Amino acid sequence: MLTNAIAISALLFMLAIALNFYRLIIGPSIPDRLAALDTMYVNAIGAIILFGMWLNTTLYFEAALLIAMLGFISTVAVCKYLLRGDIIE
Amino acid sequence: MTLLLIVLLPLVGSLVPIASARSGRTTCAWLTAILPAIALGIAAWYTPAVFGGQLPQVSLDWVPALGLDIAFRLDGLSLLFVYLVLGIGLLIILYARYYLSEKDSMSRFYAYLMLFMTAMLGIVTADNLLLMWFFWELTSLSSFLLIGYWSHLSEARKGARMALTVTGAGGLCLLAGILLMGHVVGSYSLTTVLEHRELIQQSSLYQPILLLFLLGAFTKSAQFPFQFWLPHAMAAPTPVSAYLHSATMVKAGVFLLARMYPVLSGTDEWFYIVTLTGLATLLYGAFFALIKQDLKGVLAFSTISHLGLITLLFGFNSKLAAVAGVFHIINHATFKASLFMAAGIVDHECGTRDIRKLNGLWRYMPYTTVLAAVASASMAGVPLLNGFLSKEMFLAQSLEAQMLGGLSWMIPALATLGSVLSVAYSLRFIHDVFFNGEPRDLPKTPHEPPRYMRLPIEILILLCIMVGILPGIMVEPILRAATAAVVPGQAPEIHLALWHGFNLPLMMSAIALSAGVLVYLLRNHIYRFHRQFRAVNARQSFEFSVQRVVRSAQWGLDRFENGSLQRYMFLLLLSAVIVAAFGLMDVPSMAGLKSLQPLDPVVVTGAGILCLAGLGTVMLHRRRLLSLLFLSVVGMFVSLTFARFSAPDLALTQLAVEVVTIILLMLALFFLPQKTPKESSGRRVSRDILLSMIFGGVIASLNYAVLTRPLQSISTYFIENSVPGGGGHNIVNVILVDFRGFDTLGEITVLGIAGIAIYKLLNRLRLFMPSSDMEGRPWSPDRYPVILSSVSQTLLPLALLVSVFIFLRGHNLPGGGFIAGLVAAVVIILVYMSRGVEWTQRRMSFNYQPIAVTGVAIAALTGLGSWVFNKPFLTSSFGHFDIPLIGDIELATAMMFDLGVYLTVVGSTLMILANLGKVTTPHRPSKEKQ
Repeated sequence: MLTNAIAISALLFMLAIALNFYRLIIGPSIPDRLAALDTMYVNAIGAIILFGMWLNTTLYFEAALLIAMLGFISTVAVCKYLLRGDIIE
Repeated sequence: MTLLLIVLLPLVGSLVPIASARSGRTTCAWLTAILPAIALGIAAWYTPAVFGGQLPQVSLDWVPALGLDIAFRLDGLSLLFVYLVLGIGLLIILYARYYLSEKDSMSRFYAYLMLFMTAMLGIVTADNLLLMWFFWELTSLSSFLLIGYWSHLSEARKGARMALTVTGAGGLCLLAGILLMGHVVGSYSLTTVLEHRELIQQSSLYQPILLLFLLGAFTKSAQFPFQFWLPHAMAAPTPVSAYLHSATMVKAGVFLLARMYPVLSGTDEWFYIVTLTGLATLLYGAFFALIKQDLKGVLAFSTISHLGLITLLFGFNSKLAAVAGVFHIINHATFKASLFMAAGIVDHECGTRDIRKLNGLWRYMPYTTVLAAVASASMAGVPLLNGFLSKEMFLAQSLEAQMLGGLSWMIPALATLGSVLSVAYSLRFIHDVFFNGEPRDLPKTPHEPPRYMRLPIEILILLCIMVGILPGIMVEPILRAATAAVVPGQAPEIHLALWHGFNLPLMMSAIALSAGVLVYLLRNHIYRFHRQFRAVNARQSFEFSVQRVVRSAQWGLDRFENGSLQRYMFLLLLSAVIVAAFGLMDVPSMAGLKSLQPLDPVVVTGAGILCLAGLGTVMLHRRRLLSLLFLSVVGMFVSLTFARFSAPDLALTQLAVEVVTIILLMLALFFLPQKTPKESSGRRVSRDILLSMIFGGVIASLNYAVLTRPLQSISTYFIENSVPGGGGHNIVNVILVDFRGFDTLGEITVLGIAGIAIYKLLNRLRLFMPSSDMEGRPWSPDRYPVILSSVSQTLLPLALLVSVFIFLRGHNLPGGGFIAGLVAAVVIILVYMSRGVEWTQRRMSFNYQPIAVTGVAIAALTGLGSWVFNKPFLTSSFGHFDIPLIGDIELATAMMFDLGVYLTVVGSTLMILANLGKVTTPHRPSKEKQ
């Protein structure tokens, strides 16, 4: 039962990521693409946690944690760049 | 072990003059002389044993795996040279005290001189060929320093460079010869090599070995056609010329001939090469010694000529000739060193060395005149002086050489011709300088030199006379001991005497003396003859060829390295494709035996997105920001791939690196144009696309071929040894900090250096800052958005906690110093971004350079720590400890090492990012919305 649920969720996450990617490609504006990239990070967290559940291990939890913690920093950097040009001032 | 002191004392002695530089010139000279004098005493203490046929030896391991030992021996030949080097060295120290002027740095001179002395003693006493070569190169280097001592003179610098180039190149040949010889014999130990004459001479490598050794010896001993550096080395101060270019360094070449005589000599190749070279050098040097107008030039060419004579003697495959060669080494050193010192006195007191100006000096310095005359007479081979004895032996031996067949008579004839010229230039040295009219416009009025400046010459002259009159008592014992080391098997009966009866050699000597006087009287005809040739300046042609070599090397380099990164990339990929393609063609089929894994829709989607994102990055590369977003997708999917295929460590690292990269690129992007101009022509783009497609195809096939085959990799070893050997369950981390710890140490050192270099490069750099974005919109006035500031401040302690956690458990579970360091650095950068440089630096007022440097130091010290326990560098140890409250905990020295990695990563990353951020200031002129 759980196996099936995980498989279906994984497919759905991949679909979400594919749709994010589509938005990243077509844009049209930079903030659109940036939001797509950030959402992609969020979906990646989900995919990794699902994978950990499937393997029944906690090892992957850290990877998810790191993405959650650091993934948004790249987004912040790009946003700061769009707003101010200079990200460390 | 006392034997070691002979070499060690002068080495320590090279520090003495530096330490005593301020205590006055005379004190400095005396203090410098103490240690070599003790070394001379030690040599004297060994003398009875060596004469008695013993062979004192000492050997310590240095790099045993390479066959390199610190091994010394003191056989008769070594002892003879030790006496020469130390004895004449001490006289030179005394002489130089008076020769050097107040302006010259005496301590520097003595330090170089002692270094040279050490090197020379090392050559003659080394019992390991590699060690001997080490000292051989050290003589080249220290003589470079000594020749160039007056570094403000262009000719001194150029002469030094020329000497270094020629002798250094010869040294490399010698090294090659030694390596080949070690290959043939299987050992670099001189004692072993000397026992394997048959093995070496029957080896197919005998000829290359011989040639390479001879090249080494001939360049060092200024043999034709490498003689040209020696006259230009005369730009050195005269004590240096007296020491290096008459008594010691140039003798290193003939020493090598003597040293290798037991194993290399006796063949036809040896005879022809060595004899002909020696003969050519003998005549060439003698002729030019007659022509030169520079006092030291005359002596330089006469030295070349005498070195040729010694070489010639070693070339005759006769034992007595080798004895004569060794004997002449002693005699030449004594009379030539005294002649150089006399020339130095003349130069010092008259201010010039031009023979045309120097005349009739006997009125001003009668005492020096007598000394120089005796030394010259010895050089000319006048009876009752030592030069006569060895010259007599030389002439006798030249009569014995029969290997030129019907032309063998030419050898004694040419030898006599050489002696004739030798008499002529000796006569010229005395008559032209000290007699022959009055001096012409000398810069100074000459007078006798200080008492102690003459003393070294007096001692040497005394030796010349005593050896000349009483050879049996003075030199026979040491000559016998030296010969025993040079001539294999039964030593020949040596009988040194003044009078052998009326015989052919005596006739030849008489002819040489009378014809020499005649040649001197007719010298103006020779000058006239010589004048019709265009003068060739060896220094100019040398400089010319050096510059031509540099130019052609530059030309060749420019062909390959034109500064275009695209071109390098193209060449690199092209060669990789060619190599890999040839390898793949040899493989019978692409697919191996292993079956394929089932396709999984999640993996397929991921791979598809990865490919598309990669393509997008390339296609959009001229819109930089957009391309960067696609690059982030690539990075994210690479880490997802790592995670999916069971490499959580790599996934974590990739994630952290990804973030740092994006920040770095965003920082740089601000200063770059937003769009890259189109640079490549259509043809070039299609060429590159084609190449990258082929490359991708080859690499993909390679991967496919490897992955479908059962793989026997080295990972089993790491898996098995990770816990028992490194004490950690996380194999990746154990490899990084333990198995391959030395690699990691190198890498973090590079990281630290890169960080410091970037810091230095960015220092004081001020760049143009655009006042609006690419579409002309002014920047937002909100410098530090509130939400961002509060989030980042909340995140900081949490992220640092995570960083410490990842670091601590890294040895057993995914993590480690590198990832933890990156996490810490990234989160601190986040604070910089949200709060700005000024705010952050007020609260974290420390520099990052010391952190990075401390990191490298901790890692290196951890490695060195294992030496304390007598273990190899970077041996790790671990153990379990029971700590109250925390419980059982495992501590490994590898954790200290990992701490070093952690600090280096944090320090270097912040040094790079924060400093790049500091290039701009918030106080910039900009069109901000009010």
